[in-house]
Amino acid sequence: MLGRTANNIFWMYRYLERAENTARLLEAGHRMSLTRTADAASAEWRSVITTLGMRGDYEDHFEDYSAAHVCDFVLRSRHNPQSVFTMFENARTNARASRSAITGEVWEAVNEGWMALRDMLAKQVRESNLGAALAAIRRESSLARGATHGSMLRNEIYSFARSGTFIERADSTARILDVKYYLLLPSLAYVGTALDTSQWDNVLQSLSGERAYRWLNSGRMDARSIADFLILDDRFPRSLAFCYSALRENLSALARLHGEEGAAHVAMRQAEMALSDRRIEDIFDQGLHEFLLEFIASNQTIANTIAEEYRFNA
Amino acid sequence: MDQSSAENFDEMRKPDGSIREAYSGYNQWLSEQDPARMRGKGFEAERFFRRTGITFNVYGESDAEERLIPFDMVPRIITGGEWRRLSRGIEQRVRALNAFMHDLYHRQEIIRSGRLPERLFRHNSAWLPEMVGFTPPGSVYTHITGIDLVRTGPEDFRVLEDNARTPSGVSYMLENRETMMAMFPELFTQVKVRPVSTYPRHLAKSLAACAPDCASEVPTVAVLTPGIYNSAYFEHAFLADQMGAELVEGSDLRVIGGRVQMRTTRGYKPIDVLYRRVDDDFLDPLTFNPDSVLGIPGIMDVYRAGRITIANAPGTGVADDKAIYSFMPEIVEFYTGEKPLLPNVQTWRCADPDSLKYVLDNLEELVVKEVHGSGGYGMLIGPTSSKREIRKFREKLEARPENYIAQPTLALSTCPIYTRKGLAPRHVDLRPFVLMSPEGIDITPGGLTRVAMKKGSLVVNSSQGGGTKDSWVLDD
Repeated sequence: MLGRTANNIFWMYRYLERAENTARLLEAGHRMSLTRTADAASAEWRSVITTLGMRGDYEDHFEDYSAAHVCDFVLRSRHNPQSVFTMFENARTNARASRSAITGEVWEAVNEGWMALRDMLAKQVRESNLGAALAAIRRESSLARGATHGSMLRNEIYSFARSGTFIERADSTARILDVKYYLLLPSLAYVGTALDTSQWDNVLQSLSGERAYRWLNSGRMDARSIADFLILDDRFPRSLAFCYSALRENLSALARLHGEEGAAHVAMRQAEMALSDRRIEDIFDQGLHEFLLEFIASNQTIANTIAEEYRFNA
Repeated sequence: MDQSSAENFDEMRKPDGSIREAYSGYNQWLSEQDPARMRGKGFEAERFFRRTGITFNVYGESDAEERLIPFDMVPRIITGGEWRRLSRGIEQRVRALNAFMHDLYHRQEIIRSGRLPERLFRHNSAWLPEMVGFTPPGSVYTHITGIDLVRTGPEDFRVLEDNARTPSGVSYMLENRETMMAMFPELFTQVKVRPVSTYPRHLAKSLAACAPDCASEVPTVAVLTPGIYNSAYFEHAFLADQMGAELVEGSDLRVIGGRVQMRTTRGYKPIDVLYRRVDDDFLDPLTFNPDSVLGIPGIMDVYRAGRITIANAPGTGVADDKAIYSFMPEIVEFYTGEKPLLPNVQTWRCADPDSLKYVLDNLEELVVKEVHGSGGYGMLIGPTSSKREIRKFREKLEARPENYIAQPTLALSTCPIYTRKGLAPRHVDLRPFVLMSPEGIDITPGGLTRVAMKKGSLVVNSSQGGGTKDSWVLDD
């Protein structure tokens, strides 16, 4: 397999994952804003933009944080290089550039998804249609994932696809957790105390984990158990532990295929040490924010070493 | 002026309105179809093409970056007997072209014998001095050729153009058939049509048979594309996929240890045969265009050392030249010792003063083409041009007559297309695809039928709004 193709595939799945994660975050913000006063809703939208790392670009174009502006900017603005549509379009461009590495089913899922979003996002999405639009984004990316799962050979290409997915997902979960938690938890004294449950619902909703969490924790809502769930619970498919377990599996598959491990595997093992055999108390002792910053950095290191190891670039 | 008048050969109907033999089975089926259902099928085809991404890019149209080539549901049908005659002529022509290329880059017997003026290729930018004295692996230059044919009568097929540089369109031939079989499966049980789906397999085999001596037992074949913004990118990806070959770009390749190698996730791996869809000029920045980022620095040295096969061989573009074309009857006879089975279209070389005078006097009647042009650009179709267009063209022609040839406005055959008002005749041509290797010549039955979608139009080029049809050779 060509190094360039590996790069295209890895990023195609990162883009798909990012488009979907962005839609989830927007959905949580939307639900939150519906139950808030105008000021609080505006703060909520600002937090969405901050979490997405779009604050600079956004504030270049808008002075307020209204639902209409934020949604339009995040979904489709041409001034936003990270918009959902751009991410999906990037995924399609990569798919097109690696047409012979993916199955016809995957290509059609991504291409049709792109066509559907292009039509849907051709003009500003009205608030009354926002829910449907966000559901469509999730659906299109689910279809691409399903086609991948159901039609691709379990070979090198698949391993790069999955590695891209989990690197991106781990990054997204860590960032959401960091921004939200940091804002919501002004000091360590709050850890373990009962909190405004709607805020916490929102964190979980941003990761589509509210029902799973409630089911597993029978309604208990506190910072410690939520962090435990999102970081260490390897049953939840968006938790850091889950992402790394899947990432390790795919990197091991690559090592088997290539007959050797490399820098990426070393970086992976180091990053995993920070997760394995840790209790959530240890993480709070270290400081959650510090933990997450380190996690994001080492996640980035893994991505970089994968790119180097497998000759993504000349 | 409406060109689709009675003098054109109608592929489906005889002048008395009865159905020709080729179409009898199809017509029988068609007469049993519900017209409303047939209309619905037209939309189905378009959706199919959009979804599968069978698009082509049009240069200079940024907002319509990916366009569909219109597809028409009525097949172009040729009988088995017609095809056998045609394919003999095509094979003869391709053998002659390949022998001509070898001669042109070696002893140039055809020039010594006085049959071809030397000036014709001396000023031809497709002529590559780097190829002189070099013989490609297997002595094959024209691995893949597309011969553009037009029909003007029941037995009258003529060659309009030879495409030996990088003929495109074969993916449409394959996808058009797939589409037709998906839309009308029962039609194919009623009418027996020779398959085209063998093409990618034959292409892979034919290319592998041209591998250099240093190649591994199973030669590594790769398709070189300029990238996703190229107008034929879909086809490059499609062919690589169908052959199970890597689709590479210049940036993936590097010359290491005297071989052209591609950067894989496991390191660099040598390529034995490169099916390149990049023009000669961009192939090697060290030898040709120094600004090219599409090519591979040093590939020409590797090639001349016999350590990679490039298909088609660099320098074969000379054969696409329309002034050379005008000598094809002599070329065929010179190398095969036989009379050409497929005639040319009558051609006036404007470099010749008498011809130029005739052309200038009859511009309103003629089609004038640039000798190096392609894709229907830079040509004049006298009968459909305005006085002003003709006047402007006359100036260009007088300034550089050697740059042009002229042909009569042909009574191209017509084939019906499906329109809102039912079937209507439109002009068509046919591009069969020919594979050549030391093991022989392989012609896929049929080819790509291009059709002018506008009433009366003679321009079938996809870049100018032409469409395509599935092309059938009957298994009779």
